[in-house]
Parts: sequence; C-alpha cells; structure tokens
Amino acid sequence: MLPRPEVTPLTEPYWSGLAAGELRFQRCHACGNAWLPARDQCPRCLSGSRTWEVASGGGRIISWVVYRQAVHEAFAERVPYNVAIVELDEGPRLITNVDAPEEDLAIELPVRLRIDEDDGVFLPRFTLAGRR
Amino acid sequence: MRGDVVIAGIGHTAFGKLPGRSPTSMNVEAVRNALADARVEKEAVDAVFVKYPTSGHVPMYGQVVAEALGVQPRIGGVWDQGGATNISMLSFAAMAIAHGQCDVAVVTTADNPRTGTRQAYERAWGDDAVFGWFGTPAGYAMIARRHMEEFGTTHEHLGEIAVAARRHGAANPDAQLRSAITLEDFARSRPVVDPFCRDDCCLISDGAAAIVVMSKERARQLGVPAPVPVLGFGQGQTSWEVAQRPTLTETAAAVSARTAFAMAGVRPEDVDVAQLYDCFTITVLMTLEDYGFCTKGQGGPFVAGGTLQLGGGLPVNTSGGLLSETGMPGMQLVLEGVRQMRGTSANQVAGARTCVVSNQGGIMHTHSTLVLGQE
Repeated sequence: MLPRPEVTPLTEPYWSGLAAGELRFQRCHACGNAWLPARDQCPRCLSGSRTWEVASGGGRIISWVVYRQAVHEAFAERVPYNVAIVELDEGPRLITNVDAPEEDLAIELPVRLRIDEDDGVFLPRFTLAGRR
Repeated sequence: MRGDVVIAGIGHTAFGKLPGRSPTSMNVEAVRNALADARVEKEAVDAVFVKYPTSGHVPMYGQVVAEALGVQPRIGGVWDQGGATNISMLSFAAMAIAHGQCDVAVVTTADNPRTGTRQAYERAWGDDAVFGWFGTPAGYAMIARRHMEEFGTTHEHLGEIAVAARRHGAANPDAQLRSAITLEDFARSRPVVDPFCRDDCCLISDGAAAIVVMSKERARQLGVPAPVPVLGFGQGQTSWEVAQRPTLTETAAAVSARTAFAMAGVRPEDVDVAQLYDCFTITVLMTLEDYGFCTKGQGGPFVAGGTLQLGGGLPVNTSGGLLSETGMPGMQLVLEGVRQMRGTSANQVAGARTCVVSNQGGIMHTHSTLVLGQE
C-alpha cells in the first residue's frame, strides 16, 4: 500500500481539491506570493491572510531522479520509477512523478497536470506537454 | 582573532562496525584520545560541545556526554546543523574562548548508524512519500541531475572524486574502506538512484572523533606539542527544501567560504590541500565551485584528469573522506586537516601550509568552513 498522506486541517483543502479534480495552491492576500506545500503564513511577508487557488495545470521540470532500488516496500514492484520537481506556471513547486520514459526526461521540459487515482489516493502527476 | 585559537589535540575511535558501543562510550574514547594527543589533563576542560547522534535523539545529550566525561562545563551543549555541525561547534568554541566564556573546549561527535539504525538516512520526506520520494541520496541526486544537464557535468566527472577518495583511503590504515577503484570500476558500481551509483554515496559508519580547542597562549602555557592555528571560519545556510529551493546548483558554501577566507586572509589559490565534505560526489564538485577554486559550472573539467589526487593540482580528502575513511559526518575531515598541517598524514602533501575544510548538512542546507594554517 502506498504511504498515506497525513491530512491535517491545513492540508485538507489540497487533498480534497485533488479528489475533486483540481490542483490547488496557496496565495497570499497581502503580497500576492504563491506557494506549496500548505503553510499557515506567507513565507515572504509572514501574513496569515491567504487563499486557495486552482492551478492551470502547466509547468516545467526543474530536476528528476530515477530510483533503481526501492527504499520503501510499497515501491518494490515499481522500480525503476522517477521522482521529479515540477514548477507550476503560477510559481509553486512540488514533488511529483512524470509519466514518461526516462530517456525522454530533461530539465526545463514543459509538462501537463494529470490527476491520477493510485491505490485510493488522488495524486497530482504530470505528462510531457503535447504528448499522451 | 585569526590564529588566536588552536586545535590542540585530535582523537578518534576505530571506524566501521562497532557493535555494542553506544555513542556516549565512543564520545568518551575519542575525547580521551584527543586529550592525550594534546597532552592536556581532563581537569583543564571547561567546555563540552557535542553533535547530537543522528541515529537516535537523546534529550539534553550534551549533559549526558559531559557526565560520562566527568566534566562540569562552563559552556556547552548539543548543536544540530546535520553534517555542518562539527566545524560550526568548533567556531562557537573559538568565539567563546576569545570572549572569556571558557578556557579549554572539547568538541566531539559519535554515532552508530551502522550497527544501530540507518533509518535517519532513509526517511520519507513528509507527504511526498506517496510519490516514492525517500532518502538522503535522492535529494542529492536531484541536485546532481540539474548540475549535469545545466552545465554538462558527466557521471565520469563525479567518478574522479570517488577515485581520488578511494585511492587516499586505501593508503590510510585507519580507513574503513581500503580499496582503490578506477573510473571503470566506478561506472560499473551498482545503480542506486540515477544519476548516482553505489560509489557516489558515502559509507555508513559507527565511530567517534573529537578535538581539543584552546587559545594559542593557553596551548603554550600547557606545553601542547603540536597546536594547529585556526585561521578562519564561516557558515552559511539555506532554509528551503530541495523542491522549493530557487536555485539547485548554488549553495550556502559560497557565503560560508567568503566569511572564512576573509577572516583567514587567504584566497583559493593559497590553499595547498582541502578536506571537502563528500557525503556524495556532487557535494565536492559544487563545493569546489562555490569556494572559488573554479567558476560555477566548471567543476567537472576542474576535477578531470586526477586534479584531486595526491600529486594533483589540489589534493582533496587525503584520508579518504566520507567515501572511504568513514561515513561519519564531518569531524574526520577536521582531524585530517590537522594532520596535514602537522605533516603527519598518511597521504602527506609536501610543504602544505594552508588547508581548507568544509562541513555540510541536510540536503546542502547547512555549510561551515574552516581554514587551518601553521605556527
């Protein structure tokens, strides 16, 4: 079984958003900064006044790795698998997986959001933009 | 305060598998050896700085170690910057000595992740575990990938770092891993998390290392036989996790080195030998860039052709580093810096007068720099 995210009052809108087909991030009412993962205060201006916005779904690969051996038993059958850092068009960055052959992966490649239900968890994953 | 404080003594335990030894017991052994090396009686010690054991948190661990040493410190405690901790604690000890807060400090570190638990190095990164995002090696691999694609750094460049460390470790009788490798061996080692294979990653080791720190004047009064002056130190940190870090290929090493080099009055070209934290090969390559030994992005060409080996342009990790001597987080590099300045290394760089040492923690979150010289 995949490790379960620990849903807290702070992160609940993020996870329920994914179940509803939306990738949400936080934006500061005071300074306009946008970020993930969820925080109580804006890390730029420290304001606690914030809202959730829905990501457009576009982004680019900042970097990526391929696990050749599993650290956790849930991934024993999945190796090799990639983990990537993706920066959304709106600015926030997240850890994710990109559904693409590893020989096609490269930094700065544009990607497109695809929300997957995997083992009962709705996850924000990405595909290479312009491909299926 | 350049040169006003010295490292008076160094000590360590065996490195590798030490079943049945607690971190406290290993700390005591390393401190005992460091005091013997300095020829200083325990009664002179009035400060105890301890790195927390990564494998198992113990509250108020500084007091636990001080009690085991039978020392009632004027100043001390536990510091946590991951692998940057040891040089940082040395820096705080030096500043405390310079300001009359203490007289003779011991700085010590011990852990037993090899026979104990290595869980600390394989942990999940919060909710991102659901994507399979686990472990320290993958964090560094993420940085290495970015560096390779941005600057054309190759896995063979990283191999140069491992080959140098393994050659030096093979000649060090105290090293845990004493087998030299070639670039071909490196390329064939077991894949772990691309772009890293096994030989990109440091050892997992039990063991302890300690130093005795005091003023130059006090060392003279006590008849310390081989004090090594601390010329400069500095620190730098980023708080951002890898995924949130605006730039993956530049680190706080640059800030840390600027502070330390300015204090010491040295430039990279004045450095004869370096001990650079090598938890993973990429760490050395990026530290060389951030310290100004070459420009950003040129670390690969800089290390190519054996530059880092004894006899090369800048011998690095002459005791084998974390890749070959012991995976202990950082203090062994300080000890080797002291040996190079004393002229007693197993891989002595002839005529070396200035040594720089780096410590680094987290996923390149924390950094500290030490510049050592000669009397």
